Amino acid sequence: MIGDTLLLQVAAVTDIAPGLRHLRLVAADGGKLPPAAAGAHVQFVLEGAARTWRNAYSLVSRPGARDAWEIIVRRVPTSRGGSAFIHEQIKVGDRLVAGWPGNLFAPVRIARHHLMIAGGIGITPFLSYLAEFGFTGAGHALHVCCREGEKDVFGPWLGNSPAVAFHWDADGHRLDIPALLASQPAGTHLYVCGPAAMNDEVMAAAAAAGWPASHVHCEHFGSALSGGDPFRAFLARSGIEVDVAEDESLLDAIERAGVAAPCLCRGGACGVCVTPLLEGEAEHRDHFLSAEERAAGRLIMPCVSRARAGRLVLDL
Amino acid sequence: MSIAFKPEETFRGDYSYRNSDAAILRFPFPFPEDKYMYSVNIEPHVRSGPSDVFLRPFDVDEHYIAECRDRAITLERDPGRCQVLPHMMLAQWDTLELLMENLSADYPEHFSLVKEGDDFGSRWTWTNRPLGIEQSFIFGDAATLPCEPFEYITRQAQGDFAICDQRDDNLYMDAGMVTSQADWSLEFDVGMSFMEWHGPVPLAHQTGVFERALKYLLMLRLGQPVRRLNWTMTINPRLDTSPESFPEWGTDRASVTPDNAGRKVHLRVELQTLWRLPRSNAILFPIRCYLASLDDLARVPKWGARLHRVLSTLPPQLVEYKGLTRYLPAALEWLARHDDGRELPVGTEAGVSTLG
Repeated sequence: MIGDTLLLQVAAVTDIAPGLRHLRLVAADGGKLPPAAAGAHVQFVLEGAARTWRNAYSLVSRPGARDAWEIIVRRVPTSRGGSAFIHEQIKVGDRLVAGWPGNLFAPVRIARHHLMIAGGIGITPFLSYLAEFGFTGAGHALHVCCREGEKDVFGPWLGNSPAVAFHWDADGHRLDIPALLASQPAGTHLYVCGPAAMNDEVMAAAAAAGWPASHVHCEHFGSALSGGDPFRAFLARSGIEVDVAEDESLLDAIERAGVAAPCLCRGGACGVCVTPLLEGEAEHRDHFLSAEERAAGRLIMPCVSRARAGRLVLDL
Repeated sequence: MSIAFKPEETFRGDYSYRNSDAAILRFPFPFPEDKYMYSVNIEPHVRSGPSDVFLRPFDVDEHYIAECRDRAITLERDPGRCQVLPHMMLAQWDTLELLMENLSADYPEHFSLVKEGDDFGSRWTWTNRPLGIEQSFIFGDAATLPCEPFEYITRQAQGDFAICDQRDDNLYMDAGMVTSQADWSLEFDVGMSFMEWHGPVPLAHQTGVFERALKYLLMLRLGQPVRRLNWTMTINPRLDTSPESFPEWGTDRASVTPDNAGRKVHLRVELQTLWRLPRSNAILFPIRCYLASLDDLARVPKWGARLHRVLSTLPPQLVEYKGLTRYLPAALEWLARHDDGRELPVGTEAGVSTLG
């Protein structure tokens, strides 16, 4: 079990709801895939006609599956284009390069109880959590906030589990987060994955209710806004000037220029792409740098962060 | 590949452990230069390196059967050398799968694994020919094995194993099979965080080695294991140099003389690897121990001379921490006879293909 990248083949494409596409991927050589844990994600290389995207998606296949991986991709209107590529271009038989699974959102297995709150497509990491808890018998509950019409979409993964509840924006159906948190047994770990505003609301409610930070977990990646005003960056060691377009990240632009930059989550969470910033002012959008590091202005995470104004000079 | 096992050799009592010439030549000598100091000396655990021990992710050598038997003796006397906290069951199965898959793929003459499926609930059949074991069991169902899966498979492997659970941006030593350790106690360390169990190490904290190593390990990727070598010295070829059994081996340190040092004093090298485990997201930390006497090492001229120089210049804090104080002068006097002062090439390779 040693490797870096894999060649996958699309075995099935299913539109499970408007704007939600499910992919089943197998090893292109017919062999076995590495097993992955609950909460794992995989980074896919999406080769479009004009450009390449590298997008990470949570695996929704059962943990440990080696015959196939599954992902569910929501078409994001404001996306950098990767999700649109998957919705418009991908077909059965296509081949994709992917990295080995990573995991920035694994369940904490000393938890006495697992409380999961999902917003919309943020349900995806929890689909693999449910499979694990079903096997281990760990106590758990999943609360899904979505549109009323979407609550049956994930039925194949959820079965009729009494541990799953749906909430939507109508009187009598909204999730009362403070009440939910107040009713949890001691030793519960809380996991939230959804739009940034919802993540923030849940995290704030947990802090207000006195939950220790070590018991509160948030999956940020994928939810970070990556587009913005175009800007230029100069890669000092490579001697290359790159134009960062409004719909791509600084990391995308660096890679497009042919400079290999280390990266993992591409969502500002893991810290692998942290790069020294020699000149310029960054607009930090990551979840990794400390307040002190941001204030010092000497580091930037090019996967999500951009220029606040003018040009950036990176030690790359 | 065929291995000529030496099932009768012992690591206690009459200490009949011996290295063949081939075992000496493949010894993972750890000193590329004439001086030693701590560093974050971590590199990818690829299937190559300056010694044959790096050719396979889990090295099996001529001492395999004897080491497994020595582990069984230690466990019989002290079952607490294997401990697994209750939340580590997924990591136990990850470890069993990793070892069985690698051993059967790399040593098909000696091990085989037949699976009816890859998922939990599938029937697997494991054959270990050197130890005469054939076991059919359900992957994921501990009741179908004679003991829990981590103990089961590490009783059939050389070297110690720890499993670190990753949570709260830290690593916790929440499981271990530790019967061939360089004077540390799993009983004492189990459940500790990374900084807690490294607390006693001198000099390295001040340089930030552990902060950097922890950050690095938290990002360790599935499929990309890494390795480092660590070392100490042991009197007699003894695997179980634990605090628990100190009365049995501690006084051996006083038995070393310049005349018997070549036979008594052993360089103890640990090939430490680190693996991200797939289902549990924990980190497996195998610590594979290799022992070679000064007699063995001096048959490789470069190694005998270099060991003399490294030990002559070792900082006093490390001499104390590694427990060498009592017998280092005798060992140095013995080694000095094998160091003519000539310049030695950088690198750990033996530089010879046969022994004198």
